[in-house]
Parts: sequence; structure tokens; C-alpha cells
Amino acid sequence: MRLLSTFLIGVSSGSIYSLMALALVLVWRSTRVVNFAQAGQAIASTYLGYLVITHTNNYWLALPVAMVAGAVIGALADIALIRPLNRRIKSGPVLEIAPVIATLGLLGLIRSLVGMIWGGDLKQYRAPVSINGFTFGHTTIPFSRFNLLIVFTAIVVMVIFAFVFQRTGLGLALRAAAFQPEIARLAGVRVDLVRTIGWAIAGATGAIAGVLVTPSTSLSPNSLDLLLVLGFVSAVIGGLESLIGAVIGGLILGIGLALILEYVSTSLAFPAAFVVLILILIVKPAGLFGMKRGRDA
Amino acid sequence: MSAALLSVRDLCVKFGGLTALDKVALELHENEVVGLIGPNGAGKTTLFNAISGLVAGTGSIEITGKLSSWPKPHELINLGIARTLQGVGLFPEMTVLENVMVGATKFAKAGLIRSALGLDKKAEVELQELALAALAKVSCGDIANEKVSSLPYPVTKRVAIARALISEPKILLLDEPAGGLGAEDIEWLNGFIKAISRKSSVLIVEHHMDVVMSVCDRIYVLDFGQVIASGKPTEVRNNPAVVAAYLGNSAVK
Repeated sequence: MRLLSTFLIGVSSGSIYSLMALALVLVWRSTRVVNFAQAGQAIASTYLGYLVITHTNNYWLALPVAMVAGAVIGALADIALIRPLNRRIKSGPVLEIAPVIATLGLLGLIRSLVGMIWGGDLKQYRAPVSINGFTFGHTTIPFSRFNLLIVFTAIVVMVIFAFVFQRTGLGLALRAAAFQPEIARLAGVRVDLVRTIGWAIAGATGAIAGVLVTPSTSLSPNSLDLLLVLGFVSAVIGGLESLIGAVIGGLILGIGLALILEYVSTSLAFPAAFVVLILILIVKPAGLFGMKRGRDA
Repeated sequence: MSAALLSVRDLCVKFGGLTALDKVALELHENEVVGLIGPNGAGKTTLFNAISGLVAGTGSIEITGKLSSWPKPHELINLGIARTLQGVGLFPEMTVLENVMVGATKFAKAGLIRSALGLDKKAEVELQELALAALAKVSCGDIANEKVSSLPYPVTKRVAIARALISEPKILLLDEPAGGLGAEDIEWLNGFIKAISRKSSVLIVEHHMDVVMSVCDRIYVLDFGQVIASGKPTEVRNNPAVVAAYLGNSAVK
């Protein structure tokens, strides 16, 4: 029972890591940018969700509001930051790193703005359903209705992702633009537009992760930083390129951390996550499920 | 002769201080197959890139008789122009069918939102049928569901042509279609180009002289970014300037 319960908790937190990882992988695939600002985009969206909750006490309104905000912020980040950088810097030593550092700048900027608007103190809002664990007979396990809701929401998002990417014209264009932008352009794909849509979808996905994780933690301008890092670890486990890899990576990380927290030591869990990150980058840089080929092959 | 389908005048392209194309003029008429030959670095692919909006040039371009601004790459399909690339230029992680479908955004009548939500089942099915028809034209109908990365090189070149064909272009730009092909595939290619020229006009960059001489109605010879000769294959072949600049006696058998 203890093992099963730990496993389920791991799946629940892993679902949130997966969502963050999906957001990061989507941006990486569509523009080759490692987007540190994702935590900032998600925090701004979550604060807007928090605003809705405090005014309406309605979590189910807050989630779509945060998603739309996340999509808009994501699209703006691409249009106002990444596109101008790509236009101005065509070659040279900073070509690839400039947009990445710019996203760090954006992260700092959004955090400062959020701090100016809402203050730096910890905010909280309640989960829409019980966070008390399910009880079986006399045993209560840590896994709650809210954990179940998190897993369910993540599954819905992933099913939508799978459908869009595998069965729609937009998905085809997103994949084409991600891997061979020049060829996609020549084939008639409006690559710039498609990339911005990729940033928007990533922003909405990050917002879902933020709104889902916050009832279990609390909200402050940097409260999603750890989630960003765990999202990166999940994405790296999954090979950075692969959406399915991001999901599996998040689940592996979530379950692994839950097991260490429960059976080994609470203080060892997060160092272990970073050891995994470093080990994978050294031993299997393409991820456990990564493609053997690079994008140019 | 009828008005040109594609007409380029005074095209100049400069890379820094290097003049890649110098006042190049070129015409392509309906149902014509025109070859573009010249030594490596003569500017052939640069000319293709200028027409496809991948490099910026000065000069004028008329498409179907109308003066146009130099097209952007994603506008080509709507202007009735489709292009293949040197090498293969496919998406290796996609299936053959998906690769070909990417070339048909012109036919994706469903709006972006509808397409994103997958609401337009009919459009999706139509698109697949178009892709299958294009694959059939290059005798690849039976490999639609294979991953491109698993296919032999000559087959991938055919798939790349199919992707160009799906938009039913009036003008087909083929960049070294015979490159890396064996005798059997080259024979197929010759037949294919002749057949397709009944529907489209073809502009072809090719090193393989047998292909150029057998399929082209007219040939332009580029050297150091300038057109040094043009005309029927026999005229070009016998032009001493061309022989000196490029062909060499051994290349023309």
C-alpha cells in the first residue's frame, strides 16, 4: 500500500513536471531556444489565475484564464524578443546563445513586474477539490482527489497534444517547421507564424502546470523556479526533442523523486534529480529515448 | 512565342563583396523544360534561391506575365511555383505521406483553427488523397506509410519530387534531380520530366549532361554569375565559349 501510494504521488507530481517539460520541448523544437523565461511566463499566468480565484472563488474559470494569458505571453515573447533577435543576429559567436540569455532576461523582468504588482509575499489559493488523501478502510494514503485531478488534467492535455501533432495540418506544420524550417518555408509553410503558435501552446501548457502545482505549494514571484528546473530535467531525460519523451521523462522523475522522498531521505531527493540531469547529459546526451540523429541528419 | 510564364531580368545577387549573379536574364515558357548549367559556383543554385526568396537580389521578376515583387519562400506555392532541393530535403522523422502533405498548404482550405482542432475531416482526407496521387506520379504510391529515414536515396529523391507536385505547380524548379542516381533511375527521371512538361514548365539545374541534353528544350549556361550562352541543346553544345568555360570535350560525348 505504501509503495502504491508513493507511486501514485510520483505520477501526480510527475504529471506536472511533464507539462512543464512539454512547454520547454515545444519551444526548443520550434525555435531552438532553451526557454528559461518559461517559469516567468507561467508565474505571470498563474498570478492572473490567482486574481480570478480571489475575485470569483472559481478555480475552473482561473485555469482557462491562465491558459489564455500564458498563450498570449508566449506569443508576445516570440514576437517581441526571439524574432527581432533572429532578424538582427544572423551569424557570429552569439548566434545561438543570445536568445537563450535573452530568455533569462525576460524571466528576471517578468518576476520583477509580478513582484511590483502583487508583492513578494507568499499567496495561496485552495485546490478545487479535496487535498486530503483517499481513505481505504482505516488507512489514509497521501494521494488525494486533487492529485487525481492533476493526473487527469495532464492526460487530457497530452491526448490533445497527440491529436494535434499527429492528425492535424497545424501539427504537420509545427513538426515541419521545427525540424527543417527552410524546407518547410519552400513547401509553403508560414514558419514564423507556426513558431509563434508553438510558443503560444507552450505558454498555455506552462500556465496549466503553474495553476496545478500552486495549491500544493504557494505563489510568489519565484515559486515556479524549481518546477522549471525539474521540467528541464524531465525534458533532458526524454531527449529534449521528443514530446512523448518529455511526458515519460516527467513521470520517471516524479516517481523517482517520490520513492527517494519516501524511502531514502527528504534531503537527498532534489540533489538526486540534479545528479540524474548531469549523468544523463554526460552518458546519454540524446536522452533515454532521444533520437540518435541530430536535426540536420 | 507566348508570354513567358517566368521571366527574370537584370538579376544581381551580391554576398558581401562577391557578385554571385550579375545581370542575369532568364525566361521560361509554358510546357518548356529549361536547363541551367555551368561549373560549380557559377550561380545556378543562387539563381534558384533568388527566385524562391531564400536570398535577396535586385532586378525584376514576372510570374505568369505579371510583374511581381521577389516572392517570399512561403508564397511560392500560391504563385504556382514548387521547388526541390539539392540533395533530398525531406523530413526524415515523418512518413512519406506526411512529407508530401506538407507541400500542400495551398490546398488546406480549412482555416488554421479548424485545422488545429481537426474539425475538417473531409479536408484532411482530401489532402491525403492528393498526396497519394502525387506519390503515384513518381511510382511511389506503395510506400506512403514508411518513414523517410528507412528509404534508399533514389526513392527519397522521388518523394521530394512528389512533395513539389502535390501543389500542382505551373513551374517546377528541380535542383540536381539526377544527383546521386544510377542509370536506371536517371532513365526514369528523363521520362518523368518529359511527361510532366505536358502539364508544367520545368527549370532544372543539373550536372548530368545526358539528362540536360535529352530533356531540355533550351539551356542557359552560367559562368561566374553571368549567362554566357543560351539556346537549344545542340547550339549550346557547339558554342565554343561554352566548351571553353565549362563543358570540356570529355563532357560532351
